[in-house]
Amino acid sequence: MNDGQAHFDPAAPLPLLPGHSSGGRLERVLRQGRFAVTAELNPPDSADPRDVYERALVLSEVCDAINATDASGANCHMSSVGICSLLTRAGYAVIMQISCRDRNRIAIQGDVLGAAAMGVANILCLTGDGVQAGDQPAAKPVFDFDSTSLLECITTMRDKGHFLSGRKLTTPPRVFLGAAANPFAPPYEYRAVHIAKKIAAGAQFIQTQYCFDVPLLRKFMDQVREQGLHKKAFFLIGVGPLPSARTARWMKNNVPGVHIPDAIIERMEKAKDQRAEGKQLAIDLIQEIKEIEGVSGVHVMAYRQEEFVNEIIQASGVMRNRQQRRAVEPAATS
Amino acid sequence: MYAVRLWSVRHARGLNAFYRAFEKALIALHPLWNKIGYEKLEKPFESVERVTKGFLFDCQMCGQCALSSTGMSCPMNCPKNLRNGPCGGVRDNGHCEVKPEMKCVWVQAWEGAARMGLQADHGAKILDVQRTVDNRLKGKSSWLRVVRIAKGLEDQAGNKPKPPAAKPGSTKDLAAVAASVEAKKEGQAA
Repeated sequence: MNDGQAHFDPAAPLPLLPGHSSGGRLERVLRQGRFAVTAELNPPDSADPRDVYERALVLSEVCDAINATDASGANCHMSSVGICSLLTRAGYAVIMQISCRDRNRIAIQGDVLGAAAMGVANILCLTGDGVQAGDQPAAKPVFDFDSTSLLECITTMRDKGHFLSGRKLTTPPRVFLGAAANPFAPPYEYRAVHIAKKIAAGAQFIQTQYCFDVPLLRKFMDQVREQGLHKKAFFLIGVGPLPSARTARWMKNNVPGVHIPDAIIERMEKAKDQRAEGKQLAIDLIQEIKEIEGVSGVHVMAYRQEEFVNEIIQASGVMRNRQQRRAVEPAATS
Repeated sequence: MYAVRLWSVRHARGLNAFYRAFEKALIALHPLWNKIGYEKLEKPFESVERVTKGFLFDCQMCGQCALSSTGMSCPMNCPKNLRNGPCGGVRDNGHCEVKPEMKCVWVQAWEGAARMGLQADHGAKILDVQRTVDNRLKGKSSWLRVVRIAKGLEDQAGNKPKPPAAKPGSTKDLAAVAASVEAKKEGQAA
């Protein structure tokens, strides 16, 4: 082994290209105009790093970046910082999610620096579900930032090189910034305008909530194109397999912001094998969504069904002509 | 009161017009406020603001009022205190994720802004990115703050302005003055 390999750091960012904000793969794929795929990793309720690596391995073959969720649904799991630390160490491209629910501005700005230092190239700024939605409803909700002011804060740190307080940073965080959109919740007619505001605050890519209603998505994308927002940010549409009609109904009623039309639930009910139908539905949705003008990719969220993600992406044909990668697990974790 | 709060959003246009006139009057009366002293006025202003805005908007006295930018729907009534737009959890009927019995503050805000008219300095102010809340201002009068900012007595962050920086030319003059003072001191000492 030569010296260079001995010091090989899989988390080291790629060289910064002109006009790029980060040294990450996701930004490169998107700016090259290729259809991007991101996938959500279900965080383990465990302190074993292998639980993270096992889940990441199946996702990484078919996606450009892995989302590390930050106690989504206000349920306690391994933290997004922890997951990102493990994944960047192994050379995976990650999108670190930051929710405003649990930490104040002092904690979050520190996390942003720490994340960038570990090699996190993408950050998704979220408001976060209310504490009432999760397993610890007695918790104190923080919401010191909201997603928009958080975006503005990190943009300032990156581009102007100082904290919110004005104190200077010696090395600013080189990150590609994302925001969430939910075109499937009221006020529908203002959802695109709201995204324009997030883009003005610094959002460079948008990941949406689960899409099960393509006509509603089309209406949203019409508004997006009218305002030229698809030229200012990359839109990745959320998709995922429904495991059963019963779960679909439960999600519709209990998961904040998830909208599932009755027709979809009926389609699931009629199917002989509901799990297979859910998978097929996700494939159909991706194929329909990728044809919509202004859509730059999909964001796959397969809760407890990671094994399906590979099949869904392969079958949908969006990764055709793409060389597949396989990340290596670091030896140090055993 | 919830019902009055909804009424206020329905009358956002009129309330905004009233507030704009009111704000002008407040700023015009700055010499009077200055004479009495802003410190002394804080308590009575805060009390009046708490009662009137509390009645009309369920005001939470954040001390940095954004009603003109949020269609007269107070964003501090959002359980997540969102000041820039709705979260993704709004229910199909337009109600809040956290408090299902309450209409989403931001669905209301957009209705109010549309009523105010989406011209640049009216309802379109809903597009301005609002900074994080300054927790030091909680419980203080936001009206007095508006006047102080308009009159340059403080900035958005609540800091008193620094004395204007000396121009390059005047620095020399100052240095000369300082030198002559020093020289005098030395002379006296001798």
